[in-house]
Amino acid sequence: MTTFTMEDLGAVLKDAAGAPETGAWNDDVLDLPFYELGYDSLALLEVSARIGRQFKIAIPDDAVVEMKTPRIAVEYINARITGA
Amino acid sequence: MIATDTAVFTGMDIIAPTGIGIEDYWSATLAGTAGIRPIERFDASGYPVRLAGEVRGFDESVRVPARLVPQTDRMTQFALAAADGALTDSALDLDTVPEFGRAVVTANSSGGFEFGQRELENLWSRGSEYVGAYQSIAWFYAANTGQVSIRHGFKGNCGVVATEQAGGLDAAGQARRVLRNGAGVVLTGGTDASLCPWGFITQLRTGLLSTRTDPSRAYLPFDADANGFLPGEGGAMLVMEPYGSAAARGARVYGALTGYACGFDPPPGSPRPPVLGRVARRALDDAGIDPAQVDVVFADAAGTPALDRAEAAAIRDLFGRPVPVAAPKAMTGRLYAGGAALDLATALLCLRDQIIPAAAGVTADPRLDIDLVTDASRPAAIHTVLVLARGYGGFNAAAVLSLPGEE
Repeated sequence: MTTFTMEDLGAVLKDAAGAPETGAWNDDVLDLPFYELGYDSLALLEVSARIGRQFKIAIPDDAVVEMKTPRIAVEYINARITGA
Repeated sequence: MIATDTAVFTGMDIIAPTGIGIEDYWSATLAGTAGIRPIERFDASGYPVRLAGEVRGFDESVRVPARLVPQTDRMTQFALAAADGALTDSALDLDTVPEFGRAVVTANSSGGFEFGQRELENLWSRGSEYVGAYQSIAWFYAANTGQVSIRHGFKGNCGVVATEQAGGLDAAGQARRVLRNGAGVVLTGGTDASLCPWGFITQLRTGLLSTRTDPSRAYLPFDADANGFLPGEGGAMLVMEPYGSAAARGARVYGALTGYACGFDPPPGSPRPPVLGRVARRALDDAGIDPAQVDVVFADAAGTPALDRAEAAAIRDLFGRPVPVAAPKAMTGRLYAGGAALDLATALLCLRDQIIPAAAGVTADPRLDIDLVTDASRPAAIHTVLVLARGYGGFNAAAVLSLPGEE
């Protein structure tokens, strides 16, 4: 079964919107808001579009707004992948 | 003595085809080093124009924060890097100026063409879902102002002027207005970078570009052999502060913006003359000086015979004497919104070092009857500089720069 990990999210973020402002990308940032990591709403739209293309799922803009932290994003994307 | 509310320049940085950074650019300029070369950023072999002033050796991975590189066009990467450099050069402690007292006013004339071309290619070759989200902001004229504002927390009266190649002066004029309205510091200037096929075809449509293939004979402003101009990329960013607070913190002051004016040409076919001369006169009036007090004129230097004749006539009529004319654009090409911004920076270096750069490789057409500085840089006593700029479609602007205490 396909799963989407924290490392996967970090890789897409880095490619789409650059490395996080905090430097490290690990479990310590799982519950930090994306804006504290330096990622704005456009960065998340770009990331969700790339993930959507990769896994052939549609991620609505409303869902992107609800992805406040990396943990929420990873859980949402996993649910969508396995449910698809 | 200049008034405490006079706008002065206390910092700058330059990204130009002839050099990156103030000193590299200035030493190359004084040496007459040419930055016009065959285009390498894309395959120009199928285009009628093959030469340009490309910036070589700019490393965005060093000069631009990693998070911003994928989000921004090259023009914005130049602006971010030059804004950083200018702030460092100014030695201003930003914590001493409230966020809403800091503003960014830049000029832009083309937007993020290279970024936009990449996304358009994605659109037509792969589909709309492959167009990046950053296209929504990266192409925009205001992208440079916006990214610099966000990066340095400049939350005051920010803006962008889009007046083609007059933009660098118009941005400085607007920056002065923002200072007069109470801002403590304004980052101004302009950068453009549209040396890509999409950017190129829009430029070719004007018919003003030189199609020659010999880099030393292609862009020759005020020369009897003038045959068009070549585009370039880059520009300059400058830090502007009120003289009072700059002096109070012991800042190095490159020069003051003592006069500024702008105007618009009559439509094609009108019997009325172009307005450049009148705009220059109004800028001198704004500075409260006579033409006799101007030590050097930085020309717009269009490089097409009719525009060169019109500018030479405006200079002759205004001065009625052989005032030295500088055209350092001959070495860089015309940088669009970055061109007049770079001229401002270069004029400030003239004030600093009391020397006028030559327009290398140009022989002034004697019929134009102007004292164009060619062959070698010319030492001179320089207290006041008049900078002229024209933009395609009728834009005209003039700025007067003076050494503080030397009006």
